[in-house]
Amino acid sequence: MSLDVLVIGGGNAALCAALMAREAGASVMLLESAPKEWRGGNSIHTRNLRCMHDAPQDVLQEAYPEEEFWLDLLKVTGGLTNEHLARLTIRASSTCRPWMIKHGVRFQPSLSGTLSLSRTNAFFMGGGKALVNAYYRSAEKLGVQIRYNAAVDRLDIQDGQFKAAYIGDERIEAKACVLAAGGFESNREWLREAWGQNADGEWPADNFLIRGTRFNQGVLIKDMMRHGADMIGDPSQSHCVAIDARAPLYDGGICTRLDCVSLGVVVNKHAERFYDEGEDFWPKRYAIWGRLVAQQPGQIGYSIIDSKAVGRFMPPVFPGIQADSLPELARKLGLDEAAFMQTLNAYNAACRVGTFDHTALDDCHTQGITPAKTHWALPIDTGPFYGYALRPGITFTYLGLKVDERAAVHFGGQPSDNLYVAGEMMAGNVLGKGYTAGVGMSIGTAFGRIAGTEAAKAALNIKDTEKQRAAA
Amino acid sequence: MQQLETLTREARALANGDVVPGSPEAEVARQLQICNACRYCEGFCAVFPAMTRRLSFNAADVHYLANLCHNCGACLHACQYAPPHEFAVNVPQAMAKVRLQTYTDFAWPSALGKLYQRNGLTLSLATAGALAFFMMLTLWLKDTLWRVPASADFYGIFPHNLLVSLFAPVFLFAVLALSLGLRRFWREVTPGRDYEAPVIAAVQGGAALEATHDVLRLKYLDGGHGEGCHNEDDAWTKKRRAFHHATFYGFMLCFAATSVATLYHYLFGWVAPYDLPSLPKILGAVGGVLLLIGTAGLYWLNLRRHPQHGDAAQKPMDRGFIALLFFTSLTGLGLWGARGTAFMPATLALHLGFVMALFLTLPYGKFAHGFFRSAALLKWTIEKRLPSKLKVGDE
Repeated sequence: MSLDVLVIGGGNAALCAALMAREAGASVMLLESAPKEWRGGNSIHTRNLRCMHDAPQDVLQEAYPEEEFWLDLLKVTGGLTNEHLARLTIRASSTCRPWMIKHGVRFQPSLSGTLSLSRTNAFFMGGGKALVNAYYRSAEKLGVQIRYNAAVDRLDIQDGQFKAAYIGDERIEAKACVLAAGGFESNREWLREAWGQNADGEWPADNFLIRGTRFNQGVLIKDMMRHGADMIGDPSQSHCVAIDARAPLYDGGICTRLDCVSLGVVVNKHAERFYDEGEDFWPKRYAIWGRLVAQQPGQIGYSIIDSKAVGRFMPPVFPGIQADSLPELARKLGLDEAAFMQTLNAYNAACRVGTFDHTALDDCHTQGITPAKTHWALPIDTGPFYGYALRPGITFTYLGLKVDERAAVHFGGQPSDNLYVAGEMMAGNVLGKGYTAGVGMSIGTAFGRIAGTEAAKAALNIKDTEKQRAAA
Repeated sequence: MQQLETLTREARALANGDVVPGSPEAEVARQLQICNACRYCEGFCAVFPAMTRRLSFNAADVHYLANLCHNCGACLHACQYAPPHEFAVNVPQAMAKVRLQTYTDFAWPSALGKLYQRNGLTLSLATAGALAFFMMLTLWLKDTLWRVPASADFYGIFPHNLLVSLFAPVFLFAVLALSLGLRRFWREVTPGRDYEAPVIAAVQGGAALEATHDVLRLKYLDGGHGEGCHNEDDAWTKKRRAFHHATFYGFMLCFAATSVATLYHYLFGWVAPYDLPSLPKILGAVGGVLLLIGTAGLYWLNLRRHPQHGDAAQKPMDRGFIALLFFTSLTGLGLWGARGTAFMPATLALHLGFVMALFLTLPYGKFAHGFFRSAALLKWTIEKRLPSKLKVGDE
């Protein structure tokens, strides 16, 4: 029996596509490159979906209207977005949850420490891996064929038409195909090439950690470039946050983030400060610190706090390097003691302490040093002192395939009539740069569902045509 | 030297209430440090909300949280850091290992805590001993295990006062041992320690009501979404909760039957055996059947349980206890059928043997989990009513 829809990928977008195609009556096979225990791509590290809603819902407070969501997106992308596709995503986010629930996803109120998201984001109970598990269970029950360890390395595309996918020598034909195989952030060679060499002769990307799956090698992005598909997004751009330097090379996920930057100072390997740590609330600033650290020599930074900060930020996954005095801390962190003390003494002397309030943009700031610290500037003077080394952590890449509202892959401006794409491989259409919590899952869910529906439609059309031809 | 240093470090840790490196408690503390930086599982149960009220986890915290855990498996299947991830987070398993430590450490008298460590052996020796004892007692008193008795009256074989003199001390000892262990657990594992007594007193009533509700409904086997917990895979099932309910309420009905019968005997002078539709008989029959269904179901689920759930080393304790309850009920119901037949003396000896083995091991077997978990739940319902002392992030 020939296959209607082939879905390449195994995360949220791929599963949404497979489920929708199967529900539309198509026979579906899903190819996940990872083994079963690592299935789900970056989706297993997610925790919520940014949701438009006009009134309070089960786990969503107040309202988050289309216009506000759109303006948020416009702000974080700096206009690098397609309004038509963005609004499509936003509207889809307001109607997709009943379908998600039908397939076994459950929601929970916003987590402790994330009050700022309780209005805008619907949290998955148990997080993204629970969501992925639910979708796989539902897909199995509906009769989607699922293969693990099935890494597709190239596609057979003729005149913009999908013919088959290859796993090594194995050829898998299908009437239509959905690509949802993630970005290329786990491909260290490609990252190295994209980031290039800096003025000091370093290859910064060699010091990056990957926050998500090791399986996003970008094989199919490369293959689609070879086929001349229309691309979108800057390959040197990626979502990059500052994380604990002790995080594992892959799959460190959410817990490796470090939330104490705004409560202290950050120095580079020469023990010098390089940016205003108190510019804005941490949830609004964590995404720029990855790039800031990436631009420092050795791609490393050190967040320094004193005991006044303990208990005021989300507990970190690894304990900080602890010392009873600042010189001792410098030695333990391997920093030049004299330079470190000069930086810290200058900072401490420059603090103009008003009324400290880490829940507001308070009036504690520095005077006469560069860079200034504009809020939450308290002298670092109460031992024990703590230091956390920071590295850039890559969450995802923006380079992808250009699509229309039907999620069709384009060749020379023309949409393919049986090849579709969803998830990280096309998120750049909506999110050209920047990030706002949960928007990746909104895009993946919206376009995964569209791609699945369209692929099923295309496959069933081809079937009808074949039948008519056979009858004639 | 190395060993001396290790011992010194452990002694210091114990004195400070810190966890001892390499212990089951230290493993829970390690994992919770990761969980506390993630928090995705908050909606599943009480463990994670209780965790977020802490920044670090000393031995008392770990024992409290471990006994709050119902081993439902939800957080394991949802965990992005579960094996094969190098963080190797398996909270239900780490918690289960600590619970064995709780039962061992808080047993009274403490020397008998060791019985938890080799519980399969404990239960089988207790059962073999008790069965042999009642067989021999029957032979000694009646010269046979196999004869149609003169009357259908059990007391014709074992006089009432003999049974009371055998079972009452064992039962009262079990109650005493469990109470003393629980009292120490309550005092030493106290999350409310940082709050003034009147503050705690003000919330105790509501807390007790909620905890009772959570215990009687097994709230935390509902997955937080009401769809149930896990058994063999990442799918939800309501079976574990249902079979546990059958077991628990079956046991309680049997206990009620015995209590009512005791009242009948001493208050009204109505002597057993009782027949339908008497209250003890109805309670006992319904309870016995529920207990059979519940334990058989739990055993079946236990055999199919996901290998990463819980602590495999504790399977003998779990299954041994399930088996004891099952055979207690089976022989009890069998006795009903065997009354007045040649099977009665042997069946009675069997039943009394199983009941005796159950009573003997109540404070040193799986039975204790209900007490420690209920205490932990009450601690949680108190704690959640008190303001958190942390000011983390934008809470």
